Amino acid sequence: MKEALTGGPPRVAVHNNPKFRSAFYQIVVLAVVLACAYAFAVNASANLRAQGFASGFGFLGNTAGFGINQTLIDYSETDTYGRVFVVGLLNTLLVAIIGCVLATVLGFIIGIARLSPNWLIARLGGVYVETIRNLPLLFQILFWYLAVLGTMPSPRNSIGLGLQPILSAIGDGIAALALPGADAFRSLAASIGPPDVYLNNRGVILPRPLLGDGFEWVAIAFGLAVLLAIVLRIWARQRLDATGKTFPTGWAAFALMVGLPGVVLLALGVPIGFEHPQLRGFNFVGGVRLIPELVALLFALVTYTAAFIAEVVRAGIQAVPRGQSEASQALGLKRGLALRLIIVPQALRVIIPPLTNQYLNLTKNSSLAVAIGYPDLFAVFAGTTLNQTHQAIEIIAITMAVYLAISLITSILMNWYNARSNRRFEC
Amino acid sequence: MDIAFVRRELIAPLPPPLATRGMLGFARQRLFGGVLNTTLTLLSLLLLIVVLPPLLRFLIIDAVWDGASRVDCLPETQGRPVGACWPFVAAKFRQFMYGFYPEAEQWRINVTYALGVILLVPLLIPRVPYKTWNAIAFFGLFPLVAFVLLVGDVLGLPHVETRLWGGMLVTLVITFTGIIGSLPLGVLLALGRASKLPVVRMLATIFIEFWRGVPLITVLFFATYMLPLFLPGNWRIDPMLRVLIGVVLFAGAYMAEVVRGGLQAVPRGQYEGATALGLGYWRMMGYVIMPQALKHVIPGIVNSFISLFKDTTLVLIVAIFDLLGQLRAAFADPNWATPVTLFTGFAFAGMIYFLVSFGMSRYALFVERRLNTEQAR
Repeated sequence: MKEALTGGPPRVAVHNNPKFRSAFYQIVVLAVVLACAYAFAVNASANLRAQGFASGFGFLGNTAGFGINQTLIDYSETDTYGRVFVVGLLNTLLVAIIGCVLATVLGFIIGIARLSPNWLIARLGGVYVETIRNLPLLFQILFWYLAVLGTMPSPRNSIGLGLQPILSAIGDGIAALALPGADAFRSLAASIGPPDVYLNNRGVILPRPLLGDGFEWVAIAFGLAVLLAIVLRIWARQRLDATGKTFPTGWAAFALMVGLPGVVLLALGVPIGFEHPQLRGFNFVGGVRLIPELVALLFALVTYTAAFIAEVVRAGIQAVPRGQSEASQALGLKRGLALRLIIVPQALRVIIPPLTNQYLNLTKNSSLAVAIGYPDLFAVFAGTTLNQTHQAIEIIAITMAVYLAISLITSILMNWYNARSNRRFEC
Repeated sequence: MDIAFVRRELIAPLPPPLATRGMLGFARQRLFGGVLNTTLTLLSLLLLIVVLPPLLRFLIIDAVWDGASRVDCLPETQGRPVGACWPFVAAKFRQFMYGFYPEAEQWRINVTYALGVILLVPLLIPRVPYKTWNAIAFFGLFPLVAFVLLVGDVLGLPHVETRLWGGMLVTLVITFTGIIGSLPLGVLLALGRASKLPVVRMLATIFIEFWRGVPLITVLFFATYMLPLFLPGNWRIDPMLRVLIGVVLFAGAYMAEVVRGGLQAVPRGQYEGATALGLGYWRMMGYVIMPQALKHVIPGIVNSFISLFKDTTLVLIVAIFDLLGQLRAAFADPNWATPVTLFTGFAFAGMIYFLVSFGMSRYALFVERRLNTEQAR
């Protein structure tokens, strides 16, 4: 009785003490995990010894001995597995970057179309999203690769893409309906000349830009313009805070970034040309050829991811309450200003986190390239290299680490952005 | 001074102008209001004209409906342009559905499917009673029965090796195993991530973020090539089992994030109330928190099942032939090599994939609406 009156913590048995229990459970969990890891390590080393394959990362210096059908840097069969890794990584990044840009453009167009007051456009957008999202991505990749690009004509019968084929097709259509004006379209088509983009069973042929001497000056001018634009923005911000006067930063920056390189370009006499692809015999000479694997993969990834981005954009725009646009109207803001200052910033705050998620998904999904033989990181490294060296643990660990690193860097950037935008909206 | 005539009663309102009513009003407002709107409508109509009639011609009007070999699907034989070659699908139907499962044993697959449907349908209809027993039968008993039926080797059923399995069978087995494996794993991981014990929380977070950060195909390669190395040398794991383990780990990590969202939506007062009643951790979670959390995220759970269903196609890269894998294998058959075979096969498989995923997403929407009305009451 005395003890209870003097206070102090109540006496409990050791096994009922919360601190003891929590420490005990944590030690048990940790012990189980460590025991599993230890067992895995022991088994792995025993199995590797039994199979007689080498281990360690020494294989990265060995000669690869296989060719790769698309390389952004110089590569030959005598190069090492380490170089194969770099070639694959660059190919993955190429698909990821082009894919993200195109998917964003298409996704925004479709997302806005779904909110259009035009009934037909909104319905078409909905049908697109539902169809694409409910079919597996690998199915779509194989469809574009095997069924669409695989059945394209040979180079001699290539399909030309451009204004000229469209105009001559319109001309033919008008002629078939026996209407006047067919010749005008045909002569216009002829005056434009042959198209520069061709589609055939060997991929897509594009003109190759040729950069003449002194082009590096144009690049330097562009870099300078970007720097100037940043300085300008900081200055405009400070002036806004100090005096309340606005400055058309966007237009000025645009003018700088187009104008400065443009002036240098003109001063140098426009050192840009195009090498046009031409059909010689059975194949095209000149120009850049995109391999069909790349075209099919990009097409599938872009259309697939765009369907998801469209939903993200739609949700983001719908998340801005109606009162926001009504209030900005009441404040006397013009429609453009209201969009730029009130609606878009709030919609973007909702759109950007899931949008980044879609970029990550696209990058991870690009590993499906292995199914059609596009030489991305996964196909050349976890595919061919693994088959040749049998060093499964090292190779799969490296491959997983690359994708993990991309994910982690993106999520760190995302958290930083979220913290920053939340701070801005709180004050 | 004239006395003006004042009407005593209100005139009945005129009907709205013809142009704003009915079909005409709809068309004027939603299709042809303004230059931009009209242009968009015309462009959409053009798109529909370019796409729809050829699609219809290919799938139905010009399609070949019966035949025995590739010859029947050639324009020269038919004497007209040829659309889809449906006899190809009919000839390969067994392969698409069962893979190379021995023909004499295929009744076992059909019995399994029938059992699954009988148990699943009442589970999906909200009005049917005995949900708990139904769920126990579907998630607990049915997998055991299906395993015995499909693998065999007991009760006088001959053993069928998993490398003979294929087609829709593999797609459904992987999806179903992924579902019943990932749900408990996801719940445990979500609890771990929300735990107050720092070591448990850290391990669960690392586990979840690791599997979510890598593509599924690396997980399948991990399961196929690396997992056997981690186990004692005399253990042999079946290739199908390896893939199933990989899929469950991967889907479990995604499921954990969905469940975590549900846990966060449960109000604090529920935890405090349960503690005040003297419930311990597991009772509190099992009786109070989890039922509410899971109910919140049923649409999210169904959505991750849809992704899982679509992702099963990836197993063809590790040489397990699901529906898409069998489709690809069927294209290589020279007996059916025609210009339209590829498009026919993709049209068939596309319809199956679309119907299943679309059906699941509609169901998620239905449940979501139902839950919303319950909350509004």
